[in-house]
Amino acid sequence: MKPPDDIDRRIIVATQAGLPLVPEPYRALADELGLAVEDVMARMQAMLDGGLIRRIGAVPNHYALGYRANGMTVWDVPDDAIAELGKMVGALDFVSHCYHRPRHLPHWPYNLFAMVHGRDRDEVSEKTAHIAELMGVKERGHQILYSQRILKKTGMRFTA
Amino acid sequence: MAPSQTLSRQERELLNRYQRDFPLQPRPYAAIAEALGMREDDVLTLLAGLRDRGVLGRVGAAVRPNSAGASTLAALAVPATQLHAVAGQVSAMAAVNHNYAREHEYNLWFVLTAANDAELDRTLADIKAATGLSPIKLPLEAEYHIDLGFPL
Repeated sequence: MKPPDDIDRRIIVATQAGLPLVPEPYRALADELGLAVEDVMARMQAMLDGGLIRRIGAVPNHYALGYRANGMTVWDVPDDAIAELGKMVGALDFVSHCYHRPRHLPHWPYNLFAMVHGRDRDEVSEKTAHIAELMGVKERGHQILYSQRILKKTGMRFTA
Repeated sequence: MAPSQTLSRQERELLNRYQRDFPLQPRPYAAIAEALGMREDDVLTLLAGLRDRGVLGRVGAAVRPNSAGASTLAALAVPATQLHAVAGQVSAMAAVNHNYAREHEYNLWFVLTAANDAELDRTLADIKAATGLSPIKLPLEAEYHIDLGFPL
């Protein structure tokens, strides 16, 4: 994948802040960045094709829609089964993120992370039980870490 | 706590259908309007209404993690009496862009972004020096979810 150049980065930063709700949003973006609209659209298409931009779309605020609970579920699964289990869990529609991360033994035995969303904690807990059932005997332990509060949340920034 | 918002059929359809594949063409809202049997003006009004009600965060791009620079999830086990102060110290660092309190022995979870991995490690060392607590570093090793947006 071609790494993004400075102009690509500026486009990404600008689109992450949000496309304006005007009839020609890419032109507005191009004007703001001092670029040609054709150039902005071509670069965005190239970044989509290359996978750097994963998607362009409406980003709803789940909390405002009543999805008040999110549980970061963490799982201890055998290393040789993690890809298979990760794909299975990542395909569930109530899971928004599913990642393999390193263990830190002895304090932290969990290597698979899946973010589970629900209207309340009971719903998150039911969905987590469903994941455990799907994993069956391969699962060696799991926990749900509920968020108490968001202390800081800023959009993605590029420092490179 | 603010009451949760309910969506009209049209709003739900719009949000479910365009969490991805937002048209990359000169008049994207007109293209959406055509697909949904609406007018461009109505799509823009509807989206502005959703935004004003706090339901729509933005229309924009989701970028693959680590595509420009380095990032990692990290966690600290903070004694309850110090949580507020330590959370403030961590949030104050420019490299921290998400910081959550969670219910666990590891009760402070944050995401760091930096130009490269060495800079991430320096920030983690700074956090340790400032708080006296050792963060665990949990960088992404593989990603499994298919990011299709979230059904509403």
